[in-house]
Amino acid sequence: MLNPDLIGHTFKGESAVQISQESINKFAAAVGEKNIDVAPPTFSISITLEQSQKLLQDSGLDWTRVVHGEQKFEIKRPIIAGDKLTCSSTIETYRVVAGNEIVTVRSDLNTESELVVSTWSTLVVRA
Amino acid sequence: MNLTPGTEIPTKSFVVNRELLVQYANASGDQNPIHQNEEFAKSVGLPNVIAHGMFTMGLAGEYLSEINGSAAVKEFSAKFIKPVVVPKGVNVELKISGVVGEVADGLAKIDLTVICDEVKVLGNAKGLIKLG
Repeated sequence: MLNPDLIGHTFKGESAVQISQESINKFAAAVGEKNIDVAPPTFSISITLEQSQKLLQDSGLDWTRVVHGEQKFEIKRPIIAGDKLTCSSTIETYRVVAGNEIVTVRSDLNTESELVVSTWSTLVVRA
Repeated sequence: MNLTPGTEIPTKSFVVNRELLVQYANASGDQNPIHQNEEFAKSVGLPNVIAHGMFTMGLAGEYLSEINGSAAVKEFSAKFIKPVVVPKGVNVELKISGVVGEVADGLAKIDLTVICDEVKVLGNAKGLIKLG
């Protein structure tokens, strides 16, 4: 179970993820996107799911039983190759329904000077 | 493309198969075995291998990108309401269509419908696209 003291808490990642053109090309090819000048709209999930899992590894959430329930992206500007992005993740909402934990994790990807993408992942931890 | 409210955006078909799921797993880093290993998927009560919800959403993202370019997509959200089941050797078809909703402040809302085997697999799927 999630440690309830962590609701509303923001975990800031320390190391930046550098975005390569190759990672954009691979993701674009997988979803059939032809434009590789910028990352596809859902590309940020390839950073935020792993980063938030790392940031929240001691939160009490059982990541082995997580099912993805909902996803939202707010894209301030598209991610491009060369971006160095730091992830910070916040547990925004938490409820327990019939033993299932429903958690919304917001993850912001920032360069040193600007917010690039915000994502909200609603995760269901099955009872 | 004409982005006035009520405009229907042509339906597009996408293919989902086991090879594409492996390609998506490698591109996204999501190597959960329920998306690749039939035996494992069945052992946790699934009917067969299922597509990553984010793969389905990624294809819907490509559909949004085609409207006004990928850089025009400002918001995108969806619920994962039904799994896309992907048996071995089968090309599963996803049909994606869209309707222009509210247009305001230089942004058009696009309501998306994503159908697999006559069932909606994404709920409340919508994007916001920058005009012009």
